[in-house]
Amino acid sequence: MDSNSERTSGLDIRKSYPQPLQPGSSKVTEHHESPELALRKKKARRKRSIKEWFLFTGYLTPSFVGVLVFFFLPLLMLLKTSFQKSASNTEFVGFRNYTRTLTNQSFKTASIDTLKFAVWAVPLAVLLALLLAILLNSGIPGKSMFRSILLNPMMVPVASVVLIWQVFFSYNGVINGWFFDWFGADKIDWLKSDKAQVVILIMFLWKNLGYNMVLFLAALNNIPTEILESAAMDGANAFKRFFSIKRYYLGSTVFFVAIMSLINSFKIFREVYLLTGDYPYGDLYMLQHFMNNAFNHLDYSKLSAGAIVMCIVMIIIVGGMFFAESKLDRDVED
Amino acid sequence: MDNTKQAIRRAAATKARRNVYIETPRYTSYFDSMTDKQREEFFKKEKKKSARAMRLRTAKHNIAMSAGVIVATAVCILAIVPIFFTFLNSFMSSPEIKDNYGVIFQSLSGYNSEGATYMSKTPSLKLVPQYVTLDQYKNLLFMSPTYLLKFWNSIVLVVPIVVGQMLVACLASYSFARYRKKRREVLFFSYVILMLMPFQVTLVPNYMIADKLGILNTSWAIILPGVFSTFAIFLLTKYMRQIPSAYIEAAKLDGASEWQIFTRIALPTCKSAIFALTILLFIDYWNMVEQPLVLLTNADKQPLSVFLSQINEAEIGIAFAASALYMIPPLLIFLWGEEYLVEGISRSGVK
Repeated sequence: MDSNSERTSGLDIRKSYPQPLQPGSSKVTEHHESPELALRKKKARRKRSIKEWFLFTGYLTPSFVGVLVFFFLPLLMLLKTSFQKSASNTEFVGFRNYTRTLTNQSFKTASIDTLKFAVWAVPLAVLLALLLAILLNSGIPGKSMFRSILLNPMMVPVASVVLIWQVFFSYNGVINGWFFDWFGADKIDWLKSDKAQVVILIMFLWKNLGYNMVLFLAALNNIPTEILESAAMDGANAFKRFFSIKRYYLGSTVFFVAIMSLINSFKIFREVYLLTGDYPYGDLYMLQHFMNNAFNHLDYSKLSAGAIVMCIVMIIIVGGMFFAESKLDRDVED
Repeated sequence: MDNTKQAIRRAAATKARRNVYIETPRYTSYFDSMTDKQREEFFKKEKKKSARAMRLRTAKHNIAMSAGVIVATAVCILAIVPIFFTFLNSFMSSPEIKDNYGVIFQSLSGYNSEGATYMSKTPSLKLVPQYVTLDQYKNLLFMSPTYLLKFWNSIVLVVPIVVGQMLVACLASYSFARYRKKRREVLFFSYVILMLMPFQVTLVPNYMIADKLGILNTSWAIILPGVFSTFAIFLLTKYMRQIPSAYIEAAKLDGASEWQIFTRIALPTCKSAIFALTILLFIDYWNMVEQPLVLLTNADKQPLSVFLSQINEAEIGIAFAASALYMIPPLLIFLWGEEYLVEGISRSGVK
């Protein structure tokens, strides 16, 4: 009895926690706290949680203030502008800007192109990176060397990439030269043809595969080897092992890689812009082009309505991904 | 006497029990029925068989491995060729470059001069220059002082952004990792959304805010939004959430204050992540093009990335050297911090 109460009182050494038990107190107070004590405890807990809130909000403050000024406030201004006649004329026009933007032909093309690129680029980036990671993880020699070489393109700056791609893919470029020499194929201006998006896709994959691959390599290394070994003992071949074991461990990484690829698929606009300018041919007219041009033409209401629409779509996509990830996680835990 | 009797009885009982097993019919097999000679032959055959199977397996393994190496090498060559190409070409003399690649840029910049645009010529891709010169570098560094100025501009923009964002992000992500209430999670989600937004979305309001704060056309207009960008927070929070809560509990029991937990436990645990992020951010901002184009209308203040993308077409003679020099800082950082980078990236995607 005595030693028991000593143990309980020895446990809470946090200062703000009230001392509920003295050695030698009766058994009744040990199990059923008096209302007074419960109240005191509750108060202390609330005090502690308030203290905690202040503490961690303090850590967050610098970032929050900055984000508020430079990101949230702009978004609110954007929202406001999207319901105005123009940036200077504050007359409320309802959803007119939205209908104007959504029926705008170039906005439609731009969103379709952007979506098309993302739909191709993100799954390809995930899949190819996964295949590369499996290849490097299969025990081939020189793994770390291959890894650092594949990570290298990530470090090549935009302007250099643009120069290289111009040399390879322009009308009189190297690729056309090779095709002409080998197959006698007709020359095409890659960036002004239907295959323009393929060229940009190649650039995107070239830049991002290394990064994604490193992520997958880490995830593959993280799978407990006992499970794989016992599966191999039971006669599961490599495919079986992948599809019934590794798959479940890769879920959250696939999600993360997909998010990073999505970000990077938006960033590829820089290269497209530098390669093809304000009005690229066909498939390359991205949403960013649309907004850039609206900005240049001082058409702020169209721009803001387009931006808000894009925000909403992004929230839906990312929210869906988060939801899917949390569901996947639950599957793994089961 | 009693003891010996007991021992004898026990022995007898054991024997009896054993006999039960012994009496079970002996297992005879094909192997038993063989003579010694046959047996030897049998062993020989089996050994040969297993040796063949082994050889086949190793051969298969070797073929698979070499196929893997070949594929990996091919991918690596594709990955690295453009970089080598730039560096090797930067040692060509300007006339040689114009000879080799002039056609390309005629077709690019010749929007107006029809006819000349689509001349059918094939450029010669040359990896090895005819004779190695440092002409391009000389021209670049001594003849065009703008280059060095822009280089400096780039550094002045990038270093404060990276340092500032890392400082802000460390604090904020520690808060996000330790204090997980519902409203905070919502705020975190909105941070993720912000991270995903392309720059163009907030282009106009950013412009207006910069105008209001009176920092338009100064480098602050780029540095401040950069510092508060949420990319680093998203990644760092993922790491900080991986810190085992046992560490923090232990530190608390030892009487550490929150600040001490932050500086002595959270930051050192995330060292590799912080290094990796610094590298990633450096690359990202070293590459920025859109922000300076819009927010820094003064050409003298624009960084190298903008300048270089314009130089490519006009002055092909020094473009390769310019590109190579521009590539060097990120590559050096990469070589220096590769271990951290790989480790940092690796841990970000794993739960």
